[in-house]
Formats: sequence, C-alpha cells, structure tokens
Amino acid sequence: MPDTMNAATATGAAPSKPKRPKAKSMLMLGEQTNDLYERARKAKEAGEKVGWSASIFPQEIAETLGLVVLYPENHSAGIAARHQADPFLQECEGPLGYNNDLCAYAKVNLAYASTLEGKSHVELPDGGKMVKPDFLLLTNNICTQLTKWYENLAYSMKIPVFFIDTCYNPWDHVTESRVRYVRSQIDALIENLCKFTGKKWDEERFKKIMKISQRNSYLWERANNLMDHVPSPLSGFELFNYMSCMVCHRGRESTTAILEQLNKEIEQHLKEGTSTYPVKEQYRVSWDGIACWPYLKHNLHTLKQYGINMVASSYGKAWAIEYEDLDGMARAYCFASTNGDNASTMIHRRLEALKRFHCEGTIYHVNRSCKVMDCQMMEVQRQLAKLAGVPFTAFDGDQADYRNYSEAQFETRIQGLVEIMQENKEKKAEEAK
Amino acid sequence: MSKLQEKLKQLETACTHPRQQLDSYLKAGKKVIGCFPEFTPEELVHASGIIPMGLWGGNITPSLAKSYLPPFACPLMQSNMEFGLKGTYKGLSAAIIPTLCDTLRCMTQDWRFGVTSIPMIPIVYPQNRTAPAAVDYLVDEFETVLTIIATVTGEMMTEQALCDTIQIYNEHNAVMREFAKTANEHLDIITPKVRHYVMKSSYFFEKAEHTAIVKEIIDELNKLSAYQYTGKRILLTGVTCEPDEVLDLFKENDMAVVYDDLMHESQQFRTDTPLHGGGGIKRLALQWMDRYGCSLLHEDGKPRGAMLIKMCKENQVDGVINCMMKFCDPEEYDQPYLEKDLRGAGIPVTDLSIDQQKDSIEQLRTRIEAFREMI
Repeated sequence: MPDTMNAATATGAAPSKPKRPKAKSMLMLGEQTNDLYERARKAKEAGEKVGWSASIFPQEIAETLGLVVLYPENHSAGIAARHQADPFLQECEGPLGYNNDLCAYAKVNLAYASTLEGKSHVELPDGGKMVKPDFLLLTNNICTQLTKWYENLAYSMKIPVFFIDTCYNPWDHVTESRVRYVRSQIDALIENLCKFTGKKWDEERFKKIMKISQRNSYLWERANNLMDHVPSPLSGFELFNYMSCMVCHRGRESTTAILEQLNKEIEQHLKEGTSTYPVKEQYRVSWDGIACWPYLKHNLHTLKQYGINMVASSYGKAWAIEYEDLDGMARAYCFASTNGDNASTMIHRRLEALKRFHCEGTIYHVNRSCKVMDCQMMEVQRQLAKLAGVPFTAFDGDQADYRNYSEAQFETRIQGLVEIMQENKEKKAEEAK
Repeated sequence: MSKLQEKLKQLETACTHPRQQLDSYLKAGKKVIGCFPEFTPEELVHASGIIPMGLWGGNITPSLAKSYLPPFACPLMQSNMEFGLKGTYKGLSAAIIPTLCDTLRCMTQDWRFGVTSIPMIPIVYPQNRTAPAAVDYLVDEFETVLTIIATVTGEMMTEQALCDTIQIYNEHNAVMREFAKTANEHLDIITPKVRHYVMKSSYFFEKAEHTAIVKEIIDELNKLSAYQYTGKRILLTGVTCEPDEVLDLFKENDMAVVYDDLMHESQQFRTDTPLHGGGGIKRLALQWMDRYGCSLLHEDGKPRGAMLIKMCKENQVDGVINCMMKFCDPEEYDQPYLEKDLRGAGIPVTDLSIDQQKDSIEQLRTRIEAFREMI
C-alpha cells in the first residue's frame, strides 16, 4: 500500500476539530436565499405575478422588470441535499405516473408542483416556500429535458411558458444565425412578458442590471480563479454553495456584496497562509458534473481522508456570463453551459481548468439524472486524460436521487485514483532528481 | 408467388437485409448518406443525387459502444454506435444526426470522434417554432447541411432538383398514407409485421422507387375483396415497435395494427412540404413548423392525447399500445398525459417497454396477452 494510504488513515483517525464558525459571506448567502423566498411570498400576497425559471435563463430580464423568480433546479438540489427527496420521488413515479428514468430534479419539482396545486399531498418540508408560479421562464441551454419538464408544468398549472430556444452548438463557436434567432426571441419574450405581467421595460434599468451582472460574473470567476493557489485557500466543495447567488441573483447588488466578501475572505486566507480545507491538501482534483447532492457529505469525507481537494469544477463557471448588449446576451447564453456545446469546447474548457488549477486527477460523476452530461463524457474524459496527462475516475451517482449511489463504489474508485496520482507524484519527483 | 406477395417480399428483404440494399446502390455508382432518427432532412440528400438511408439501430448486443455510451442510453443509439464502430455502415459517405434529444446531442460528438471514417453532419432544429425567426434560422441550418454534403461527396444540389425531390417526397407521403388506409381492408394479408416492413422499407429505397412498389401493392390489394377482420384493432404510438417478434405477438393474440403514430413509421409521412411559400429550402423549413403531435417537438398544451383520440375514432381502434422506447425521456414526459387522456376518453391503453437489444420477449408476451383480454 502506498504511503498515502497510511497518511490518509492517520488523518482520518485524528481527533475531530471543533466546528468552524460560518464565514460572513455564507451568512450573507443564507440571508439572500431567505429574502428571495420572503419576497416571493409577499409578491404572491400582493397579487403580483411570480415566475419559475430554468437556471441559465437570462435572469437579467426578470430583474429588470422587477419580477420575483424562483429556481426549481436549485430548489430540488436543496431538497436532495437535505435528504428530503424521497416522498417527492415516490409521488412522481407512483401516482403521477412518471418513469423513474427521468431527471430527479424534475421528478422532485413535478411532485412539489402537484402538491402546490392540491393534486398531490406530499408534506412540504419547507412549508411551501417555493410558491406556485404564474409563469415559467425557459431556456434549453442546459438540456432538452427542461423543455419537456416545463411543458408539463405549464399544462398542469395552466400557466404560460416564455421560452428562448438557445440551440445546441455542434460547432466551436455560436453561429451568427443562432445569435439572430435567439436575439429575436429575447425581443419577443420581453414584449410578451411585459404584456403578461403589466411591467414596463426600462432600458436604463436594464443597463444598470447588466452592469451589476457583469460585475458579479467577474467576482464569481475571480473567486473561482483564486483556487489556483497551492495549497488552495478554500475547500472546493464550498464554492458549490455560492452558486445559488449566481443562479438566482446574478443581477442583484446583494450578490455583489456576497462575492466581494467571499473574495476578501479568500484573500485573507492567502495572506495568512490558511485554508478552509480541513486537512493538509495532498492532491488537487477537478470535479466533472453536478454535485452528488444527497451524498455530498460522504463525498467530502472520503476525499478528505486522502487529502484530496476539489479545486476546479466543470459547471460552476457556467454562470460567469459576460456580454455588453442584447446581441451579446444572445451569444453568451447560447454558449454558457458546456452541456449545450460540442465536445471540443468541453475539452478545451476542462483542459484549461486542469492546467490552471494544477489538477492531478479528475473525478467524473456519472449522474444518472443527466444524459447530456453522460452520453459523450467517456470520450471527453479519454481525450482530456491524454491531453492533460491527468488520470480520471468515474463513479455512479445522481444529482438528487439517493437510490443511484454506492458508498463502497465511490470509496473504491477514489482509492484507485489516489494510487495513480501517487504513482505520478513519485515519478515526477524521481524525474526532478 | 403472386405479384402482391412478390412486392411485399421485396420490401421485407430490404428490411431484413439492408446491407444488400446499400451494396446494390453503391455498386450502381450511387453515393449513400445515413440518416439518424428522427426527421432528418432526407430531401437535401435526395436532391443532391445521393440515396438517403435510415439508420434506426438493430437487434444486436452492444460491446464497442459501451466505451462511448452509458448503459442507460437509448438502445437505438447504442445499436447505431455499435454498427458505426464495427464498420457495418462501411460505404456511407456521411451520417446526418439531428440533435432532437440529449442523447442525440451527444451522439453527434461520439460519432465525430468514434466513427471517423463516416463524416458526421449535425442538424439542430429550432424548437420555438412559433417564433418568426425560426424559419430563417432553419434555412441557415439546412444550407450548412448542404455545404457539408457537397464538401464530403462533391455532389451539389440545384433548386430544380430540390423542387422535384419535394414533389417526390410529398407523393411518397400520400402513397404511404393511402397504403395505411388500404391495409385496413386487408388485415388478413397486411399483418402487423407485414405493415411494419412496408413502412420501414422506405428507409432503404430511393423514394420514387419505393413509391412505385407501394403503389403496386395498393393496386393489388384493391383487386381483392375487403376482408372482414374480427380481431382487435390497435394503434401503436411511440418511437418504434421492434424487434419484429413483438409484432408476431400481436398477430398471435388476434390483434391488428390499424393505425400508428410511430416516429419510425407514419410520423415520417404525415406532414407534407408546402408547394408554395418560397424556394425549396424555405419550404422545407416551413414543413418543420407544420409538424405536430410528437414528443420531440416543443408544443404547448400536451396535444398528443387529443390527437390520438381522434386517430382512434377515425380508425375504429379498440386499444392503444404505447411503445415506450427504453430510456427515452421525451416520450417519458408525454406518457402520463397521453395515457390519462386516452383512458379519459374510454380508450384502453397499455405500455410496452421497447428495447431492440431484448433477447427475450416473454415479459412482453404476458403484457400483450393481458391487454388483449382487457380490450
């Protein structure tokens, strides 16, 4: 057994440290989330229209119009992470008649929506804070399943869908014909959304929101990029938590405050040579795919045993969206998520991250919920491993369905990856002599 | 062998031995382009003087494909990938892949890197089909497809050729619809499997050639007196209904397919290309906007159930079989609604799990027998 195994065991056996107090930025994040649900509740009470939105929809549009919008994907992830998904999955696959093959975010949400409508009777663990929507905002840059999921929500709840078809990119760039098509949909959507909600489009406000959004994208990317320090100032999994402020509040000043605070905290760690990663960072890896929310704790615990820090992820940066006008918005949202991009774009972005963040391995989550993330990933990982000279391992899991995961498999796969990473380390050390 | 039997046999052989069809076209100096499911713009291939040939999987056990696709990927795509990697499709000049679902999106990339001997041509259809800009966008996509076809084959299309092709395809659509009607008067001859072969064989012939064969079949059927079928009349909906043994089970249980809403079969023939409204490419784009009632199309109002109820009424259907392609999420989102709508209208419905790689059909047998008893 390599030395690392002994080191890992030793680390694992160390007496547990007292719990670290939450960082200020995390507390601000919690307040922001609570505030969103509170605003949604109040808006409903005041008779205003509230929406549900796909996570990479141009949030700046709703923000400019002053509409309160909630995010089913984000909400389902939260339910899964708190181990509350089971009754929703059972309801969806049982009385609602859906196949268990479907995306677990969708399954949780469809059952939640059915409960809000009074058609299902699942106990809502959050008391129904995801209030019933009056309209839906949809883009398919993440996947085509979202289109079908929202069709069903709209039909069941008898509410309209405002849809921007962002089109898959088989090419390495966004074609101009896509930009024109998407831009024209954005224009029509703004007009129709104004008509439906009674709100007015204010160009000056849009410019302001866009500026905030750009600032937030910059700060988000900056925080991500500060992970390139060795050892890293943060435990990489912590950045997953902050994604909610980019998904749900990209155009808000509260996000600017949170991300400025987060950047400050990271800089402080760098200055003091400290890190929120609880043990000595032995290996740096990239995480490919959505977090395995129901088992985040187990993932983190297993990785910690070997001193593995996840310093780069494939999808967190999807929300670092940069543009200067509506044409730019069209192009940016077509290209935001690598789910909507071809394999060379995926490989290019991942290769850049592996290099920048000095990764020694990749952990690839074969997410049973997400075919678009799985059906080309074997080839992507093979090419990436060759190009970057970095090994990868894969494990079976799910973003929200706790039934699709084996703790033993995850542990074995990580152990295998560690052995290769250790061998590589030793080879490098040998060569350096 | 009667002329009718001879023609039906010809179509059956094309379905059971597609490689022979491919080789005969190649031997005749024709180029052939493979067309993935579903709604590939075959017309652009045909108008370029190339034979479009459908690639809808097959009954094999994937092994090489496992290096590209997880076990929960669509069985059709597993088969296509396996055939591509094994060299079964050798001789194709290119393969066109429409990205209508998440697995198909990925297939464009798996094919691009895995099957480098057959160039991949992607087509990304617009889904916001009520947006006026969708037509211009799709025209541009079609032109890109044409450019790649010309680049990899050297064959270029003319406007006149496309206009002629559109007429050929519209006529083929009409003849196939007529066949579906005529077949219902002769359910003794046109068993579920025979019907399937007539429909499926269109993927393996030049379209005018196929039209001529099916016309002859219709003519021969019309010479016979109508058969009074006393079994149960069923409608199939879904992606495909294969392997062929499933169709034998229908016959064994005294059930006849009197209509289908399968993407593999009638959905290909139900929407004509408009004869006016612009040049050929634009009219093809308009045809896409006219398509309806398919899980791969974004439509408001879940209209498929109502469409199926209408089809059932028009064809005196006793029950609907929802052919659920394994791991097909677009179909899985439609399933609860269309089945509820059908039941609400008093039409019995059951679902069958469709997997081309299935080596045993015993589970399906039990399910079909139970449904037969129910209706």
